[in-house]
Amino acid sequence: MASKVKIRGKLSGTIAKVKFLIPHPMETGTRRDADGQVIPAKYIETITLYKNDQVVMTANWGASVSKDPYLSFQINNSAAGDVIKVDWLDNQGESGSGEITLK
Amino acid sequence: MKITRRQWLGSLLTLCSAALLPSRLFAASAVFSATDTQAVLDDLFAGLPIEDSDAINLRTPEIAENGAVVPVTVSTDISGVESISLIVDENPNPLSASFTLTSDSVPNISFRVKMGKSSTVRALVKTSDKVYMATRDVKVTIGGCGG
Repeated sequence: MASKVKIRGKLSGTIAKVKFLIPHPMETGTRRDADGQVIPAKYIETITLYKNDQVVMTANWGASVSKDPYLSFQINNSAAGDVIKVDWLDNQGESGSGEITLK
Repeated sequence: MKITRRQWLGSLLTLCSAALLPSRLFAASAVFSATDTQAVLDDLFAGLPIEDSDAINLRTPEIAENGAVVPVTVSTDISGVESISLIVDENPNPLSASFTLTSDSVPNISFRVKMGKSSTVRALVKTSDKVYMATRDVKVTIGGCGG
């Protein structure tokens, strides 16, 4: 079940302010369900942010990033028409992405 | 079958990159499973001097009502930032996130972390020759690790 990344971008001068939210459980692997079974760890390990297919930022995350991770980030030298894309990959190999064209 | 020097070099190269790749992936996950702050610092910044800095603006709530969602903002005026990392000392695995920046990145990041209990939170800003650190104490009233 690859969920959709919600992504927003706003240009202020040449700086793009990008915000995104990834619906994801971010399970630490230490919680137990109602039957006392450990819920296996499932969390996003890597995030890659691209501007026009060029990597602008990569992030490595641990399980202690909150559920449904939200991130706000700023990108220099941006202009209208630039495509901002985010890719994520979790520890179970699931992945997803989202993109937006700056206006 | 005769193997030419070119073929041999090519296969050597493939072998080397294959051997390198998993070890790099392993290194990243190993530092995230470290259980104390000093181990994280040693692993991330081996040998680089770490100094406290006022040039880092680390914003967190003073009291977090819900440890499951603690908003954190790290911004800095320091130039030549290579990476920004966030460490929560009292979490089972202190390293929470590490962001690798490029010349197109503005060192200004907001996100949200889980905190098991009240803890010192550290933001570490790495440049090519030095690591700058800012710390804040955050009180947590309800833990976020669902214990």
